[in-house]
Amino acid sequence: MEAGLKLVVMGGSWGGIKASLAVLEGLPADFSIPILLVLHRLRNQEGSLQELFDKKLRLRVLEVEDKEPLLPGHVYLAPSNYHVLIERDHTCSLDDSELENYSRPAIDVTFTSAADVFAENTVGVLLSGASRDGSSGLSYIFDNGGIAIAQDPAEAEVAVMPQAAVDRVPGCKVMNVARIKEFLLSLHEH
Amino acid sequence: MKLEYEKLFEQEVEALIEEIHTQYGYDFSGYARASVYRRIKRFLGQKHLQSVDALREKLFSDSFFFENFLQEVTVNVTEMFRDATFFLSLRENVLPLLSTYPFIKIWDAGCSTGEELFSLAILLEEEGLLGRTKIYATDINQKVLLQAKEGIFSASNMAAYTSAYYAAGGKREFSSYYTSNYGSVKFSSHLVKNVVFYPHNLATDSSFNEFHLIICRNVLIYFNRQLQDRVLRLFDESLVSLGYLGLGKKETLIMSSISGNYVAVDKNNRIYRKTN
Repeated sequence: MEAGLKLVVMGGSWGGIKASLAVLEGLPADFSIPILLVLHRLRNQEGSLQELFDKKLRLRVLEVEDKEPLLPGHVYLAPSNYHVLIERDHTCSLDDSELENYSRPAIDVTFTSAADVFAENTVGVLLSGASRDGSSGLSYIFDNGGIAIAQDPAEAEVAVMPQAAVDRVPGCKVMNVARIKEFLLSLHEH
Repeated sequence: MKLEYEKLFEQEVEALIEEIHTQYGYDFSGYARASVYRRIKRFLGQKHLQSVDALREKLFSDSFFFENFLQEVTVNVTEMFRDATFFLSLRENVLPLLSTYPFIKIWDAGCSTGEELFSLAILLEEEGLLGRTKIYATDINQKVLLQAKEGIFSASNMAAYTSAYYAAGGKREFSSYYTSNYGSVKFSSHLVKNVVFYPHNLATDSSFNEFHLIICRNVLIYFNRQLQDRVLRLFDESLVSLGYLGLGKKETLIMSSISGNYVAVDKNNRIYRKTN
């Protein structure tokens, strides 16, 4: 295992809830890498997603508060109507500036910020979605030595988002959700 | 951008932040870095500037350009009745208690272009309190204060604002508050008759009055913990005993040095009351 704390950043939109649940359900409560999940949501929607994920996962699920520290054993959900940025001290800063790719939270914003801080220790996973958000961020992760993973577009409920990733990042790993889960488990340090 | 460039960029921005402080007096040292870097990159792109050096040269030779920079780097995205439940809670849980005062003073800190201010004024109007309330609307940015004073907003957002207004317990026809004209709407100036607008920098300026309610939403997220704490202490000094503080939906005073003096009136909507 390489030294240095890792971070998994995961993004999706249409079909992304189902796909991310399928990946995360298999992870143990003490999973050694913090996971930050950015799903496109209806604007100003209340936080029922947190309850849904918390019920289904062994990991602890939190909706990101401003300056929230990223800790192992947790899944952090990007809140509706905020971008999530990552600070040098591994805390999250929220940002309510302009939409990117018609979205707030935008996956590109978080992926890029993750790579700026975690560099080659960043694992980016782009799942099912009907938008092209995330591929530029995934490319940035890959270019800076991190691991880029796209859900197999053939399996994805909506292929647009992972297909954009495959087109934009030819070096990315293409996997179905079962393989993504196995891959993440292989990174787990006991 | 590769990370080596990123590191270099960040070093240059750090130097620039120091220079801005000495040259213009604006202190960004307590701002959350991830956002500052992102805003500056965005600004470089907008202005077709190739480097931080090119930016520095323009900033220090053209104060008008600096004003523009200030406005873009500090986030001024806002909306009316943002998080309608916050305004509903103000209406139901806070305004009835404020109405017991003969004269009410409110500070809208970081009022930006005024959407929140007009939302608040409408609430006060409908609860019969506007006539005996004075609102101090402040922002770091002089330019947005002028916009806030005008109360002119894009008509394209009015459908969303109208439903947010009703979700916030709105009691009238929303359109009775404004007149439409060529793609924009102008809110009635009587709503801000008792509003004082002036520049105030939360990072460096001090307390200037005592208030019954302070509203500062989605401003603290742009600051680091230390600066957040400074600002919360400033609010604490500026609130009367039993005064109220309203923060953004994802902001809290729990981790701050003033938390012991406050109870949550509405935890979900981040409305707190001073206990002493």
